[in-house]
Amino acid sequence: MAINFNNALGIHPQALSLREQRGEILAANLANADTPDYKARDLDFSSVLQQTLQSEPRINKTNVGHMEASNSVLGADLLYRNPHQASLDGNTVEAHVEQAKYAENAVQYQASLRFINNKFAGLMSAIRGE
Amino acid sequence: MSSLNIFDIAGSGMNAQNLRLNLVASNISNANSVSSSLDQVYRSRQPVFAAELQNIMDKNDAASGVDVLGVVESQAPPIMEYAPQHPMADELGYIYKPNVNTVEEMANMMSASRAYENNVEVLNTAKNLILQTLKMGQ
Repeated sequence: MAINFNNALGIHPQALSLREQRGEILAANLANADTPDYKARDLDFSSVLQQTLQSEPRINKTNVGHMEASNSVLGADLLYRNPHQASLDGNTVEAHVEQAKYAENAVQYQASLRFINNKFAGLMSAIRGE
Repeated sequence: MSSLNIFDIAGSGMNAQNLRLNLVASNISNANSVSSSLDQVYRSRQPVFAAELQNIMDKNDAASGVDVLGVVESQAPPIMEYAPQHPMADELGYIYKPNVNTVEEMANMMSASRAYENNVEVLNTAKNLILQTLKMGQ
């Protein structure tokens, strides 16, 4: 019986990669906290999961000139954040909200990492047969 | 490795806030630089930030750093003060003081330093996560 890494690891590698992307987006939000007209953005995890489960065909970019399909981040649309208190210069970044989301995302990343590590540990003990 | 993007993004944010701090320092230190004509007087300098767009066609490309478009001088009128005994006074007896609002600058400084801290925090967290990822499976 061959070990299939895709089956063995489940959804966790995708989750890890999504969380990495989300971290990047939240970091961009925080970096642009003082940029006029910048709109804070975020990903919706459940819509990514939905897309992954439906396994719709993905379009690959093979040329720089190609326009991006509307769903590019692992099948999830990037959404705009609804600010609690919009500022006058059109910036919708609220540092406390972004910080909380970033911390949440970091913890989720660590959770995904832990899941993968445990899967690997399981595989290792199966291979060793101890 | 795409997660290294986060270093560029947070780095550009720190760079922008650092410039802002520099300008605050320049404004505050020149707040009392008196001059004897309107066009020589120091004017408050402010940075202009914009989001760095990597690919304008890509509406999902959100991860953008901060671009510093430049530094503008405040258009507020400098303060004219009648002080005929001042050594810098012009022939009408006026001296000109910069349009720097020190209270505003102090608030600006606090905001810049907090934003800088946020970026450092983001960078530290990202670094820890990447280091943990490198140890995956061990």
